[in-house]
Amino acid sequence: MGRQDALFEYLLRLGDSALVLAQRLGEWTGKAPIIEEDLATANTALDLIGQARMWLAYAGEVEGKGRDEDRLAFLRDASDFRNVLLVEQPNGNFADTIARQFYFDAWNVRALDALRGSTDARVADIAGKSLKEARYHFERSADWVVRLGDGTDESRAKMQAAIDDLWTYTGELFAADEVDRILAESGVGFDPGSLHAPWMDAVKQVLDEATLVAPAAGYMQRGGKQGVHTENLGYLLAEMQFLQRAYPGGQW
Amino acid sequence: MTEHASIDPSVEEVWSWLADVPDPEIPAVSVVDLGIVRDVRREESGALVVTVTPTYSGCPATELIAAEIARAIRARGIERVLLETRLSPAWTTDWITERGREKLSGYGIAPPGYKVVDASAILRRRAPDPVACPRCGSRRTSLTSRFGSTPCKALYRCDECLEPFDYFKPH
Repeated sequence: MGRQDALFEYLLRLGDSALVLAQRLGEWTGKAPIIEEDLATANTALDLIGQARMWLAYAGEVEGKGRDEDRLAFLRDASDFRNVLLVEQPNGNFADTIARQFYFDAWNVRALDALRGSTDARVADIAGKSLKEARYHFERSADWVVRLGDGTDESRAKMQAAIDDLWTYTGELFAADEVDRILAESGVGFDPGSLHAPWMDAVKQVLDEATLVAPAAGYMQRGGKQGVHTENLGYLLAEMQFLQRAYPGGQW
Repeated sequence: MTEHASIDPSVEEVWSWLADVPDPEIPAVSVVDLGIVRDVRREESGALVVTVTPTYSGCPATELIAAEIARAIRARGIERVLLETRLSPAWTTDWITERGREKLSGYGIAPPGYKVVDASAILRRRAPDPVACPRCGSRRTSLTSRFGSTPCKALYRCDECLEPFDYFKPH
């Protein structure tokens, strides 16, 4: 695989993960448990859409086939998406949504922090911009893990179940493949494995504070970064892409 | 607007025009006071180039702000205006001017309180900021939500006068 092809894949992974998570969060709009969190969830989604837009716009330029961020978002099928499996998992209850966000945010701040030092100036700029937002997201999701975990018996049980259920999707964040290796070697990207220990430390610290138990190491799902997704992604895209599929080129 | 446009305004003059362009979501403050306008320059071709930076990457007002800036300049008779977006260094609330902070406060929004520390502190969780109520000045306030009506604000409540208010988050 050439360097440009690898960079395109890499940018899709970053952009698609932000985009798909934003779409999931948007599903809460109008029906979150309380209005403050309805707003917070929608605002987090908005930040992520902005980040996805910057990554995908750059991906389109790198690919050089005239696809802009909208075409990449709305006119690719599930097998062409490169988001991690974690972010396409359904919203479930509020604890499930928070656990998904918490795992992702704890990874995202570290990934963006590493990418700030990228040898690719555009990647470094986008990462530097996004990091400030991701940091705030992490504070919020960590706060909620603590609040629900160290809360009532019921909230604690739900938070623990969510933390356990999504655990199997976290391994993919740290698994390297050829794309990761090519980009790490050129200094554009980073070695995903290098983030595992700091991520685990941060997660355990918050889980401790939340009186929750960190799941034991176990089998980890993977495949999203290579385009092999769970069945959930297709349904999500069907909703997200409907308008452009039904009315190609439609604008407002 | 009946004010006469000079055909070849100085860069300082353009800055002063932009100081009158309100932020679409917080009209009490101008786009210059918010630190969104980063640079104004004239190219050799004669085109006026205004460099702006987005506040939050998904802020829906970003495109409207660029359009409002171009409109304000065209209204003075200058046709060739180019808007450039600059991502780095990333926008920070440290760039909000003193005047901007006073106006925010007068508008009922608590201004961002401290200098944003970068880099090393980024991976640490922080407690909610202690914020003074923009109405009664009391520091007995509490955070009700980390996000408010726009991405750049959080929701607080004053425990003294009991009024809810927006806090412009340090960023």
